Amino acid sequence: MYEHLETAENPDKLKRVVIDPVSRVEGHGKVTLLLDENDQVKQARLHIVEFRGFERFIQGRPYWELPVLVQRLCGICPVSHHLAAGKAIDQLVGVDPENLPIAATHLRKLLHFGQVLQSHALHFFHLASPDLLFGFDSDIAKRNIIGVIGAHPDIALQGVKLRKYGQEVIRVVSGKRVHGTAAIPGGMNKPLSKSDRDYLLTDIDQIIAWTASAVALVKTLHCSNRSFYDEFASIPSHYMGLIQTDGALELYHGGLRAKDTEGAVIFDHVDYCKYNDYIHEQVKSWTYMKFPYLLSLGKENGWYRVGPLARVNNCDFIDTPLAEAARIDFKQHFESPQVHSTLAFHWARMIEALHCAESIKQLLNDPVTLSTDLVTQGEKRFEGVGVIEAPRGTLFHHYQIDENDIVTRANLIVSTTSNNTAMNESVRQVAATYLNGRELNEALLNNLEVAIRAYDPCLSCATHAMGKMPLAVELVDNEGKIVDRLVKSSSSHIAAA
Amino acid sequence: MLQPNIKPTLIIAVGNLSRGDDALAPLLLELIEPVIDESTTELITDFQLQLEHALDITGRDRVLFIDAAVECTTPFSFSEQQASTEYAHTSHIMSPAAIMQVYQKITKRLAPPCFLLSIKGESFELGESISASAEQHLQAAKVFTLAALKLSSVEEWRKLHRNFVL
Repeated sequence: MYEHLETAENPDKLKRVVIDPVSRVEGHGKVTLLLDENDQVKQARLHIVEFRGFERFIQGRPYWELPVLVQRLCGICPVSHHLAAGKAIDQLVGVDPENLPIAATHLRKLLHFGQVLQSHALHFFHLASPDLLFGFDSDIAKRNIIGVIGAHPDIALQGVKLRKYGQEVIRVVSGKRVHGTAAIPGGMNKPLSKSDRDYLLTDIDQIIAWTASAVALVKTLHCSNRSFYDEFASIPSHYMGLIQTDGALELYHGGLRAKDTEGAVIFDHVDYCKYNDYIHEQVKSWTYMKFPYLLSLGKENGWYRVGPLARVNNCDFIDTPLAEAARIDFKQHFESPQVHSTLAFHWARMIEALHCAESIKQLLNDPVTLSTDLVTQGEKRFEGVGVIEAPRGTLFHHYQIDENDIVTRANLIVSTTSNNTAMNESVRQVAATYLNGRELNEALLNNLEVAIRAYDPCLSCATHAMGKMPLAVELVDNEGKIVDRLVKSSSSHIAAA
Repeated sequence: MLQPNIKPTLIIAVGNLSRGDDALAPLLLELIEPVIDESTTELITDFQLQLEHALDITGRDRVLFIDAAVECTTPFSFSEQQASTEYAHTSHIMSPAAIMQVYQKITKRLAPPCFLLSIKGESFELGESISASAEQHLQAAKVFTLAALKLSSVEEWRKLHRNFVL
């Protein structure tokens, strides 16, 4: 492993290279490298600087505001926060998941599958495909979605329409594309009409076909350069996520399962309300972001990965036929109990997109989904935990309230936090493998960004005022003096600055 | 593919209501929504511009994007946009110009006339209200937008654009 590259012994005497911000990821992160006089990498870190104030944002609010309020935590996956909050406040009104009306559960799942589908489509087609289709070191002027549209118009258009379809599912179920009010304490606020159901069914077979094509495309890419795809940024790790009672892939509700590097179960079907007995978070001085770890394995060895690769690795099967066939094919390709290739995140992500499309069709065709029995109530409690599998991985919302229904304590663990150690490990692996001793340029540095992008990290604060996304790389000498600086403009022009 | 009823004028407001001045565009839409002609104008609010907005502009006579902008030197600015790959290379978000470019690439047709109303913002922290100065910019932008919506032709919007440039 590459822990030895986390902290250099004499950082003041090393050259410093900064990628700030990392591009084509959601939000703002930066990478710093420290190099010795022979350009050997001595330290590599991914810094994420935006996760702050989430809990403070929530505390002091009445709990019933939360499903709408938390959507504004993040402009990337607002539905994920909405549903995690919805599950947590169900408990505050005394409703456990198994007691939620079936139609409400169906509508929440429909909303969730729409969210995951559009998020996975955005990531694969918009953010990742330029690297995968053109090459990591290809012409930067073409290495973007516009270039993909030019060279592969059919693929690009499918990506746009998959994203659009997922957004339409969200709009229909929640009333709006954003700021919708779908989940309420103990259920959902409006039924799905027959006309809306029929509207969404119109294109679903095409959506399934396109997601199946996307799975085939990722496989083709892997097979085109198998050893590279298998080994790039690859790190053996543990995996954690929700799982159904029967071991099937689960995105909305289930118990927690963790497996080790060889696929052996660390814990299984754990009630997520007891997450604090299994997961703790470590703080490090050089970043705002915490480092979660599995308590039973300790701080050094207990880090794990979440997200599509974790979910596909951890499940015993997928309960929709095309996605299950794709999962079996995926496992046969790698011929190992657990798949550790970081680029396999993309493959797993498209298998999940296919599963979402199939699941949307199943839910739309189930008459129960149209039921108007959507809300139930129980006896008030003072603590609630909601956990779902967001597109990027397991998302925890944990609230405590007082007698006046005001949130007194909130704890959130977002999926990108769970992947923090893993992303740093992947950055260090790439730095050690591809950058050591070489003169750095944009193409080489893009290898670091490709490794980070595979995790689809959500670094976003949804603040996006125009003109704030440059990319600058600084080379600093042993005495901290900037000796070279390259700036990539928004038009991709690179110039000394 | 799914395509709801198309209205000739589309306004897309981009921003987050809970991040200080990033709320400027969604707030402007809330202010004008009660008085616009719903039969001819569609309003969309989103956290950020993304690929699917290229499909939203399909079939429109004109499109107005509204966003907060830190680099605005006046309380607000109004400009016609041209299709371009600008911002498409480094960011996960897209600009109106990139949306137009995507539209043209995937449809093989010219994008409808698109305009950008930028409202000056200063502070964008989570949980903040909009700043006092941004509140003033918002009111000025509201007056401008309502006046612009009374102009029915694209050419009149282009005159507004030229007035801003001058």
